[in-house]
Amino acid sequence: MNIQIATLLGQDGLTNGAIYALLALSILLVFTVTRILLIPLGEFVTFGALTMAAMQMGKAPNIEWLLLGLVLIDCALDLYQYLKHRAEPKKLKVIALKLSYVVIMIGLLNQLPLSEIPMALQVVLTLCLIVPIGPIMYRLFFQPLAEAPALVLLIVSIALHVAMVGIGLLLFGPEGARTEPFSDSNFRLGSVMLKSQTLWVILVSIFLIVTLFIAFERTLYGKALRATAVNRMGARLQGISPVFAGKATFALAAFIGSASGILIAPITTLYYDSGFIISLKGFVGAIIGGLVSYPIAAIGAVAVGMIEAFSMFWASNYKEIIVFTLIIPFLIWRSMNSHSVEDEE
Amino acid sequence: MTPKKLISTLFLSSTLLTPIAHADIKIGVVSSSTGPIALVGIPQKNTVPLLPTSVGGETITYIPLDDGSDPTATVKAFKKLIDEEKVDAIIGPSGSGNAMGVIQFAAESGTPMLAPVGTAAVVLPMTEQKKWVFKTTQNDDLIADALVGHMKATGVKTIGLIGTADPYGENWAKVMKDLTKNAGIEIVANEKFQRQDTSVTGQSLKVLLANPDAVLIAAPGSSSVMPQTTLKDQGYGGEIYQTHGAALDPFLRLGGKAVEGTILAASSMLVLDEVPSSDSKEIATKYITDYKALYGETPATFGGNVLDAGLLLENAIPTALKSGKPGSAEFRSALRDALENTKEMPATQGVYNMTPEDHSGFDERGRVLITVKDGKWALVK
Repeated sequence: MNIQIATLLGQDGLTNGAIYALLALSILLVFTVTRILLIPLGEFVTFGALTMAAMQMGKAPNIEWLLLGLVLIDCALDLYQYLKHRAEPKKLKVIALKLSYVVIMIGLLNQLPLSEIPMALQVVLTLCLIVPIGPIMYRLFFQPLAEAPALVLLIVSIALHVAMVGIGLLLFGPEGARTEPFSDSNFRLGSVMLKSQTLWVILVSIFLIVTLFIAFERTLYGKALRATAVNRMGARLQGISPVFAGKATFALAAFIGSASGILIAPITTLYYDSGFIISLKGFVGAIIGGLVSYPIAAIGAVAVGMIEAFSMFWASNYKEIIVFTLIIPFLIWRSMNSHSVEDEE
Repeated sequence: MTPKKLISTLFLSSTLLTPIAHADIKIGVVSSSTGPIALVGIPQKNTVPLLPTSVGGETITYIPLDDGSDPTATVKAFKKLIDEEKVDAIIGPSGSGNAMGVIQFAAESGTPMLAPVGTAAVVLPMTEQKKWVFKTTQNDDLIADALVGHMKATGVKTIGLIGTADPYGENWAKVMKDLTKNAGIEIVANEKFQRQDTSVTGQSLKVLLANPDAVLIAAPGSSSVMPQTTLKDQGYGGEIYQTHGAALDPFLRLGGKAVEGTILAASSMLVLDEVPSSDSKEIATKYITDYKALYGETPATFGGNVLDAGLLLENAIPTALKSGKPGSAEFRSALRDALENTKEMPATQGVYNMTPEDHSGFDERGRVLITVKDGKWALVK
């Protein structure tokens, strides 16, 4: 082991760690606001990466049909509620808006020369396709049982993960995929080559984390979400809709998930079922933060990436074991120190 | 009679009225068209409509089942095929681990099983149970032998191995250890990775430090690409070898420039245009044309393995028919014997010569050395 190898491994660990940190933050966010452990987060990562890859091969990604199906179910439910209560006339407008959004998206995907348009546009299209799936998922699967015990929510979350892996296979096929790097240039730092994609991953991650921080500290919506996380009942009494909070966090999680997928797709081969193991490592980070502290979770996630990189060098056979064994001392330490944060109302 | 009762009566009588006595030959096909090894299972499932449908005046019915890559589901599928459907033979399953778990059920019921799986462990070492199993893929050591031959010819003295931490990678590490010892080649690094890993920087650096003349990557499907691109990124200049697990078109697409010049050994299906004409070439060309007409894409080699299983059965059934009626234990046993006596039978993967000891039956006609040239597969000349 010399300096050069250490920097290469460090660079690798930092890249993966940055992604794990993003995922750890969204797991934490969703958990504190809705008490749901978002197991399907990893599927957003793979959906993002594979959608991007499909576009670069010039094919309209099949995920448009998933979006269409979900929006149709969503609109049908809206319509049913509207007919039942006849209370809010603006509901019809919302339905029309949702439907026209999907139609425009599908039109765009089938008309544009997807493989030739600038990469930034591909990224925007991918995000526009995947982010809406988050809130619709919340609405369809979690909103009806928002008051259920955390265990029930966890079981639904696992079921959703299994279903989404299956859908992923159906939509994208079993092949692994990889996308073009954002730019081909490399930087030389001393004797070490730095890949530009690595810098992209780290910079975008930092940018997202800082933006989230500012949004939560400074904006009204961010404060509303924080209030819900601190005390659901209290927030509700202040007029913050739990439905809004749930949908907003799911949209954020879907956004962060698919953005992470787009970021790492150029450096690794992703399969329809790779998401779980990636989000699980983010989860280890979130656990290190005790599922409450954002900064500790982020640092923990970067540490997971680092340990992964170095154990891959020293003992490639035992890499996963080393990474996941990490969780045990932290759980023991946490359970000895913390007074129960469980809040089963 | 109420409508409800009427319907149930009709339903009951219709099940009773279905023809009971049909002497069709029934073949079960178990593949993993969903789950982690769907990459292998999908072309296999897709091949079922291309299998021979009649032989010696008898119709062959295929009963395809999906095991979702889950070994427990494979056992269930096998039991269903054997106990309920009373099949005469089973083609499948797709996965090595799945196959190991069902050998005993095939043997207990005396049903020939044609496994299109990678691991040689299903037929080696030969046991009382494994004599019911036939394998339609080249054994790893046959492929490895070709690679080691190429290494020797080009003066490679040291090699590094990067393999997946699964039965595929493990078996390759074992086979290479034995073969390289005889060839005077030293393995200076042996690293493992997981199929879903997002990075193999560490393993690749370790191999680079050992500085071998060549590197062999043993990984199934698209996972074989990342070690190679990482090695190239880090400036490795030696020859890179791949196994037949990489012999898929996505390998070229995902690898791009980094896989240019790779050497691998596989069946001639990838380079059909360049190999001299033979019966195998003809059969494989027809298979690829038919498959393309049906699905609009070229089949992966895994599909060819299932077609070969069908061809082996087609070849053996006429002999077996002399000893018993389809559906009887005598027929199945005779079918097994006939399969074991397969001689010089050409199919997509090569020429089969089964013996009581060798239930895979390939010789060097079942493999060719292939390289990547200008983003396409090309025969090594």
